[in-house]
Amino acid sequence: MSNLERDIEELEEAASSEYERQRVPQKALKGPSAFWGMYAGEHTAGTEFMIGPLFVKWGADAFSLIVGLLLGNLLAVLTWRYLTATIACEQRLTLYYKMEKIAGRGLVTLYNLANGLLFCFLAGSMITVSATAVGPFFPPGTIEMPTFQSTMPTGPAWIISCIAIGVAMTLVALKGYSVVAQVGHYAAPWMFLVFVACALVTLGRLGTADVWALLTPAAGTPKTISFLGIVFFSWFCNAAMHIGMADLSVLRFAKKPSAGWASASGMFLGHYVAWICAALLLIYWVRQHGVDPQVGKDPGTMVNDAVGWAGLICVIIAGWTTANPTIYRAGLAFQGMIPGISRTGATLLAGGLCIAAGIFPAFAMNLLDFVGIYGTILAPIGGIIVVDHFLADAVGIPRDPAERSGSAFNLVVLVAWLVPVAVAMWLYKTQGVFASYLPLPCAIACGLIYIVLSKMAARDAIAVRA
Amino acid sequence: MKMAATSVGLLALVGTIVPPAVFMLQSLAAGEGGSPALSLDSVKAVMLLSTIAWFVAAPFWMKVE
Repeated sequence: MSNLERDIEELEEAASSEYERQRVPQKALKGPSAFWGMYAGEHTAGTEFMIGPLFVKWGADAFSLIVGLLLGNLLAVLTWRYLTATIACEQRLTLYYKMEKIAGRGLVTLYNLANGLLFCFLAGSMITVSATAVGPFFPPGTIEMPTFQSTMPTGPAWIISCIAIGVAMTLVALKGYSVVAQVGHYAAPWMFLVFVACALVTLGRLGTADVWALLTPAAGTPKTISFLGIVFFSWFCNAAMHIGMADLSVLRFAKKPSAGWASASGMFLGHYVAWICAALLLIYWVRQHGVDPQVGKDPGTMVNDAVGWAGLICVIIAGWTTANPTIYRAGLAFQGMIPGISRTGATLLAGGLCIAAGIFPAFAMNLLDFVGIYGTILAPIGGIIVVDHFLADAVGIPRDPAERSGSAFNLVVLVAWLVPVAVAMWLYKTQGVFASYLPLPCAIACGLIYIVLSKMAARDAIAVRA
Repeated sequence: MKMAATSVGLLALVGTIVPPAVFMLQSLAAGEGGSPALSLDSVKAVMLLSTIAWFVAAPFWMKVE
């Protein structure tokens, strides 16, 4: 049997055991506990060490951080519960299979390309964060660490660190990521406590438990993110997962839509407590060491200074356990769109792109913008799925049109997807609109355009038949 | 075995969070210029040992679905 045949057989076996092209049967459904742990682990990642300090750089005030994050995360949980989990439990299909029914297999391939590339940049950011934890193991100055203003590699030692970490992650992804997924599962409760420990040590060193006062930026700090900006960022930093419906693939296994509440564990532990803890780390360096918040300090140095090697292990594991499945998924996405490429070749391609992205700190240092763009590009597909699921019958358009017509490429979906995304990118690039404001209007616009174009296409089809 | 691993795991979590909490409380009580009885180096050492203990113990009792 050739390698290709073996790969195809393996993929088919995996597909059948994961019910990727059928409704999940009753016997495979899981209770809520499976989802609470998964969300907690998935959203306490290495990048949280980057996001908290970036809020400090952007001059976020205490009210925005404490109340704004609470509100934004609550909205994210409600989106997961009432949109994603509801559709997932009624359809019980993966995002890809549902998309195939609406948009056709050809368009799913295009979506895979976008998804794969964005996954690579995201995993690249995680490599960057993990690489900052390598520096403290060497004498000071051996590896020049990137700052918020770094866009290019800081030197040969930095490049070697990123390559070493990226190659190790890619090799593990090649072997399958079950071991790393297990380590991630075991690490989750400990990792969260390390974030909290960082904050406790920082409060002790600053001699105050008044978190509100500490989170209040010094007078004269430029404020580039508002209360609304924080709300929208925390709501849509995982836009691709909830409103973009990527988590249909996970939540289709839930017994009831109430499993969507499990996202609260990820949002309030990872995207609330952990972000605030990480922000406190930079605040300490700003107050005690005079670090300019616009320049920042790398996560590795800050965490090592606060809690030592346990913190460095946390930074590496937090980056590793989330980057590894991301590289694997990106590899699968590339394999789906490049005819004839083996899984090994596709994973190596994905790993190479991730390493290249990781070497350039620009991606990690602009994470607040990047996750907004990520959501803006992928979330609109969710708008189409929402229309198909909830509104198709009411507005008189066919459900699952590509499946009905046998089309491999639904042009209506392509136009409805690309037009709002193009407008959003124009607004972001030329008008300076904050990227996290864009996923919601993009998804709504995409849904509306899809309705209008579908109705027009249906009218044309009737006219042609007549 | 599972019970022993569970105990070690829980102790490891305690060892990860209690020393930083004690450090913070002692620092706040000592006030400006004072220093806590528990040094930061000790906190870091206990946290590292707890980390090792956690990763040794967790696979024996944590369920992976």
